[in-house]
Amino acid sequence: MSTAVAHAHTDDHHHHEESFISKYIFSMDHKMISKQFLITGIIMGLIGMGMSIAFRLQLAYPDTSFPILEWLFGSKWAPDGKLDAGYYMALVTMHGTIMVFYVLTAGLSGTFANLLLPLQIGARDMASPFMNMLSYWFFFLSSVVLLSSLFVETGPASGGWTIYPPLSALPKAMPGSGMGMTLWLVAIILFIASSLLGGINYISTVLNMRTKGMSMTRLPLTVWALFLTAVLGLLSFPVLLGGGLLLMFDRGFGTSFYLSDIYLGSAGALEHTGGSPVLFQHLFWFLGHPEVYIIIMPALGITSEIIAVNSRKPIFGYTAMVISLLGIAFLSFIVWGHHMFITGMNPLLGAVFLVTTLIIAVPSAVKTFNYLATLWRGNIRFTNAMMFAIGLVSFFISGGLTGIFLGNATLDIQLHDTYFVVGHFHIVMGCAAIFGMLAGIYHWFPKMFGRLMNKPLGYIHFWLTFASAYLVFFPMHFIGLAGVPRRYYAFTLLPEYGQWADVNVLMTLAAILGGIAQLVFIYNFFSSIFIGKKSTENPWEANTLEWTTPVERIHGNWPGAIPTVYRWAYDYSNPAYDEDFKMQNVPDESHVVELFETNTGTAPSTKDKPETETVSFFTLIRNWFKPRTV
Amino acid sequence: MSTQTISKSSTWGGGNSPFNVSYGKLMMWVFLLSDAFTFSSLLIAYGAIRYSYDSTPIEQIDALELKFAENVQEKFAPDVAETASHAATTLEHGAEHAAEHAEHFIPALRELGVFTEAQWPSPDLVFNHFPFAHGLHLPLIFVSLMTLILILSSVTMVLGVEAGQQGNQKAVSKWMLLTIIGGFMFLGCQAWEWTNFISAGARMWSNPYGPPAFAALFFGVTGFHGFHVFSGVVLNIIIYINNLKGTYAKRGHYEMVEKVGLYWHFVDLVWVFVFTFFYLI
Repeated sequence: MSTAVAHAHTDDHHHHEESFISKYIFSMDHKMISKQFLITGIIMGLIGMGMSIAFRLQLAYPDTSFPILEWLFGSKWAPDGKLDAGYYMALVTMHGTIMVFYVLTAGLSGTFANLLLPLQIGARDMASPFMNMLSYWFFFLSSVVLLSSLFVETGPASGGWTIYPPLSALPKAMPGSGMGMTLWLVAIILFIASSLLGGINYISTVLNMRTKGMSMTRLPLTVWALFLTAVLGLLSFPVLLGGGLLLMFDRGFGTSFYLSDIYLGSAGALEHTGGSPVLFQHLFWFLGHPEVYIIIMPALGITSEIIAVNSRKPIFGYTAMVISLLGIAFLSFIVWGHHMFITGMNPLLGAVFLVTTLIIAVPSAVKTFNYLATLWRGNIRFTNAMMFAIGLVSFFISGGLTGIFLGNATLDIQLHDTYFVVGHFHIVMGCAAIFGMLAGIYHWFPKMFGRLMNKPLGYIHFWLTFASAYLVFFPMHFIGLAGVPRRYYAFTLLPEYGQWADVNVLMTLAAILGGIAQLVFIYNFFSSIFIGKKSTENPWEANTLEWTTPVERIHGNWPGAIPTVYRWAYDYSNPAYDEDFKMQNVPDESHVVELFETNTGTAPSTKDKPETETVSFFTLIRNWFKPRTV
Repeated sequence: MSTQTISKSSTWGGGNSPFNVSYGKLMMWVFLLSDAFTFSSLLIAYGAIRYSYDSTPIEQIDALELKFAENVQEKFAPDVAETASHAATTLEHGAEHAAEHAEHFIPALRELGVFTEAQWPSPDLVFNHFPFAHGLHLPLIFVSLMTLILILSSVTMVLGVEAGQQGNQKAVSKWMLLTIIGGFMFLGCQAWEWTNFISAGARMWSNPYGPPAFAALFFGVTGFHGFHVFSGVVLNIIIYINNLKGTYAKRGHYEMVEKVGLYWHFVDLVWVFVFTFFYLI
């Protein structure tokens, strides 16, 4: 390790020989922590996907016996190879929880915030590497607690991932309300602690530790997205913490925050009075809605970066992209009521939430059009990452359009709790975010492991996943419009839904295909770590700072001094230069006077402000139609 | 490029903190922002539940307070005078008194239709006790004292931070110690308040003064705040000991004092809101 690195951080990490434990387990290096997040996320993702295939089998073939289900879940939960109805609900609940929180929140932003923030802003590590390590271990502990609920006698929580009371508040309401629910709550509180530790760190890192010249307006869009994601998490998770604490009181201490006038078949009328289950829904969705943007925003950031790199063009409308991210972040806090249109909320309030919800379409559309405009006339390189990034744009559009349906309070009365909703959120938040995550993995794999992933396998993975995702979720819209409700484990007793049996079979087969496609990915991922083609320092010819670090991924990131930043991150195919791309740390001889002054030892003069960075939104639009020759 | 360059783009340009703070202090601010949302969620839950009940009519409270002023002993708690004469008041004795209170005072008021299940009790009538002052109607006097103590501990904390900025190790020790004592006094007062409330028959699931939610929210929210105060006292003690050992003098700055100071002020500020919403409104 060079002396420059050791010199750079005198406080936190002196460089000495690291043991296996300090290097791979309780590591405080952000790159290692990001790998820990990623691999835990992948494992959780496989578990969640396996659960979905199990209950899709049940939906497609409600009367068929599958010995594998009995082998997996035991004769208690899958007698004769058929899922128990309650256990079906438990699987749905666990699938939702695992996918939303453990894969797409921690697995996605945990991985990429850890990997990219220090590398792209030019920092040696996170502001507090120790808290960063704690963040991962809280997450790990939380995963263990959640998975342990699969093994308790009464089974895991089964009231849906939104854990609405009273099912979640009365431990005796049904088997899944017992120990499983308690463990769910404990797991989520640990998860909130992890997210808080991580979020505080990400925000402080971005604000405080940017390298020289890396102004906020020169940040790559990934950093903007991950930064705002951290802000959303920081402000919304505590509200779930408050709601969860009150729920624990209801469960354990006999309070009635969410309970009122309940009659249980087994216990008669309960003594609980004065509470309101709708209160919980408000508290939950105050987290729940920002949560879906916590999931999608990192994916959008990753996509911005990958599309720009692989189109060999500047991202279209950088400023608009940042403003739309800010807009989405702000709006996400004032739309939660659209999840509750049919709870009996005041219709006037419904109208307010309707308006704010539909306004979100504006920044979302800005992003979509900017992606398309970036692609347009680009010199596109169809790398694996690029395929997935374009896939995200596709899902974001098709899922976003159905969001406009659901945002309308009147339409929602018909569509609420049908498969239309399931189709909508799986496409716009599930598939889109997963595609963003996969794009990020393919793109930054060389930075994580020093090797490239297998390209042909990546294409196979992409096309199978893309096709199966649409085949699974698109038909859901039609059966949803026909009124088929979600969270039913079989429709055999409801003949009016019987006509959709074939569609259910199609969706299940597609889901199995999607599962097989992920096995291709898993093979590709783990084999490439060891036998993949060795990567060069900058395999994608990208501009951002992480590609200036050595392939060996040293602790402290840069062997010498931290690079200084002279330009924004998207100088691709700039007609002013001979090269196809100019990295952020390359000084621009002709423009150096405009952006920088030589250090004369005095404070920077406030009078001669810099040009408002290299490119503004409108300049870009104006320059867009100019001939591309110098 | 050989010439050294610096960014002209003001404080946000990178290379230094835009706020001119260390990452640790920034982290504390960010954490407090998050914690503010936690407390907000609890207080909003409180508001939602509280306003689903009727309030105690103000005329009812006024009429009662008039009666209290006339002759509280005779009318509502005939044996209070006797109790008061036992000047040797111990803590145990106090608990006995509260039990009597639960036996006589509350049922008497319930008969008058003041504490009913449908009506959110007026904090003036619930929190009207003061240690060693049995039988007197002293609405919110005790909690005001608690608040004063906590605010004074904030003052001592400010002085501690100030002393730290001047690098005065001894003064830091003095003011931190006073802050710690203030914190413990507040926690002690809260313990007394809780004991008194519990002796009157309040539990998480039941409340002799009216709706059980009143007690549940009181225990939940003041408990959560008390937990924060307790954590703050623990942090203060750690800082106090570190300061005695000279850690900060060696380090050359007392920023840690400032950071726990931020936390302590935040906890005080939250109490102001809790006090307003639970007691004053």
